[in-house]
Amino acid sequence: MPKLVKDGVIVDDQWQVLPKPESDASTSVPAGQWLVPLTVWLAQRDALQARTDIGVWLDSDETAEQIGADANSLPVIAVNFPSFMDGRAFSTARLLRERFGFTGELRAIGDFMRDQLCYLSRCGVNAFQFADDQVDLHQAIKSLDDFTEFYQAGVDQPIPLFRRRTA
Amino acid sequence: MYIYDEYDHAILKQRVAQFRDQTERYLEGSLSEQQFLPLRLQNGLYIQRLAPMLRINVPYGMLNTVQLRRLARIARDYDKGYCHVSTRQNIQYNWPALEQVPDILHELSEVEMHGTQSSGNCIRNITSDQFAGIAPDEVVDPRPYCEIIRQWSSFNPEFAFLPRKFKIAISGSESDRAAIAVHDIGLQLVKNDAGDIGFKVLVGGGLGRTPVIGSVIREFLPEAHILTYLEAILRVYNLHGRRDNKYKARIKILVRAMKPEVFAEAVEQEWAHLKDAPSTLRAEDISRAKGYFTEPAYEALDDSAAQAALGSQKADNIAFGKWLERNVRAHRVPGYAAVTLSLKPTGIAPGDITDTQLETIADLADQYSFSEVRTTHEQNIVLADVKKSDLFTLWQAAKTAGFATPNIGTLTDIICCPGGDFCSLANAKSIPIAEAIQRQFSDLDYVYDLGELDVNISGCMNACGHHHVGHIGVLGVDKKGEEFYQVMLGGNAGNNASLAKVLGPAFDADQMPEVVQNVVNVYLEHRTDEELFIDTYNRIGLTPFKERVYAKAS
Repeated sequence: MPKLVKDGVIVDDQWQVLPKPESDASTSVPAGQWLVPLTVWLAQRDALQARTDIGVWLDSDETAEQIGADANSLPVIAVNFPSFMDGRAFSTARLLRERFGFTGELRAIGDFMRDQLCYLSRCGVNAFQFADDQVDLHQAIKSLDDFTEFYQAGVDQPIPLFRRRTA
Repeated sequence: MYIYDEYDHAILKQRVAQFRDQTERYLEGSLSEQQFLPLRLQNGLYIQRLAPMLRINVPYGMLNTVQLRRLARIARDYDKGYCHVSTRQNIQYNWPALEQVPDILHELSEVEMHGTQSSGNCIRNITSDQFAGIAPDEVVDPRPYCEIIRQWSSFNPEFAFLPRKFKIAISGSESDRAAIAVHDIGLQLVKNDAGDIGFKVLVGGGLGRTPVIGSVIREFLPEAHILTYLEAILRVYNLHGRRDNKYKARIKILVRAMKPEVFAEAVEQEWAHLKDAPSTLRAEDISRAKGYFTEPAYEALDDSAAQAALGSQKADNIAFGKWLERNVRAHRVPGYAAVTLSLKPTGIAPGDITDTQLETIADLADQYSFSEVRTTHEQNIVLADVKKSDLFTLWQAAKTAGFATPNIGTLTDIICCPGGDFCSLANAKSIPIAEAIQRQFSDLDYVYDLGELDVNISGCMNACGHHHVGHIGVLGVDKKGEEFYQVMLGGNAGNNASLAKVLGPAFDADQMPEVVQNVVNVYLEHRTDEELFIDTYNRIGLTPFKERVYAKAS
């Protein structure tokens, strides 16, 4: 079974990612645990909401607002990196956590890189599924702790350093 | 100036360790070229035409003499014995070896310096007024706010992979010496009628291939809210800025496409969610930051006695008088003055400085200016707190060391990027053009009489030489493998910022001194008493210059 990093440890990945289909409304989501594209979720929301084995993935040009209040009914939301240079997912992750109160698994998928793990985790991402299966997860996990102290507020630490310094 | 505590040191130490690991992984082949690229850029490391280039941040231009001496040592031990003051107040090394960069960064971290976010698609070094804290026209000292924003932007997890680079400048004076209108965000510190401190916020200014003057999106933002408001701007930009074309990825393009009013509205909507979050500054947070920028131990001096002494020294020595006029500025504390050391003698690439010169400047700063200096975006170095009674001896020492060229703000104080001699992005050389112009205007009395005249040269449209805001701007272009130079007139970086207009077809390198001479001649013929070049240009327009330059050139 494929592996991923979740909450700082390597675990089996129970989920499969459904690619973007040609038709969002008519594509059928097979049985099993699936991360479906946002567009499929929006098109088949009523039917999919009845299942407990459905998560949603957002592409980098899709926004947290589009999933909005649905976030809290989902066990997993994934944010996709078409390229590691596309940093929109950092903001999307924060919005899902801080504005829409999402508390489930927030997963990075696609072409992000190991050296982004620490910042992603500060933005609320707690699971990392590398597109590149050559990545050594035992090594990659180390990058989560590239920094252990931070100047500014994040999902992990909502109080900025300047307030903690003077406390 | 700001002093690191254990938190700052711990964070920077982790940064150096992180980059050392990344460099090792790159060299052993487990980190790809493509992936290493943004990581090395965010530590200041470019791979250039001839060698790597390492850009070191000088936060809002302030350096102490311990740092100056360390920069000198690094120039000696890791480079060819010199470095370069950039047009964004930073220091650049042109010849470091990639494998040694982690060691250089370690050496810098010991003196509270680094290259973090000095390049790459992230929030860059915050720049400000080189006369902050001492300028008579200052409304609010910008440096504590620069430091607050520096900390917020450093290692900011959300904004490290923006569509494009992002530059913030802050001015706290009536006269804008930080060029805030041509930054991604420009912040002008102001006081409202009630005496409260806040910011006028400009967004979407910039130079480069599409020069734009920034738009005001908020007239008065109370100081407490600056971080959450910046967060709102950056988030709107990160989510909506273009990523399909790097030439259209700067925030200025987004602001223009959305219209400034609509962009402002989007920021306000985002900010409504963030306002009053824990990142809001309390009075004690601001006063803590201000506590780092207290006055040095100024003496109570008799200003009129010092002035009188200067008067007689000036009368005895014309050269000293000219230096006083051009390179020395008023200070808000009686008996003190700010001195600009010129890094622009003819024949030296503008802003270049050797290891021994850095050490000489450190000695001068220890002796005359409370052991601190400031770098300027005009690529010079300022001793900010010199007693007027020391000016004459300082002038003699600066003259011996080659820093006393009385050309600050004049035609030969040219702002110039490293250009095709060093930079892999450049289309054309820039330093030889600067030198040829300096040689054309070698008569100091003549240059002095011309008065304030900004000449800015860039070797490509990335505009590191800020050519759009030069009174005379020069842009190097490449046409079928040959280098040509486009000349533009009438730019202005300060208050009433304006963008220069292109004069006409480009010139060969060897025509450039004559072209500038012709432009200057037109000014001399038309100027009225006391009229500066830019004033004459604004009055008579481009046409008389154009007619003269092309009449002669054809």
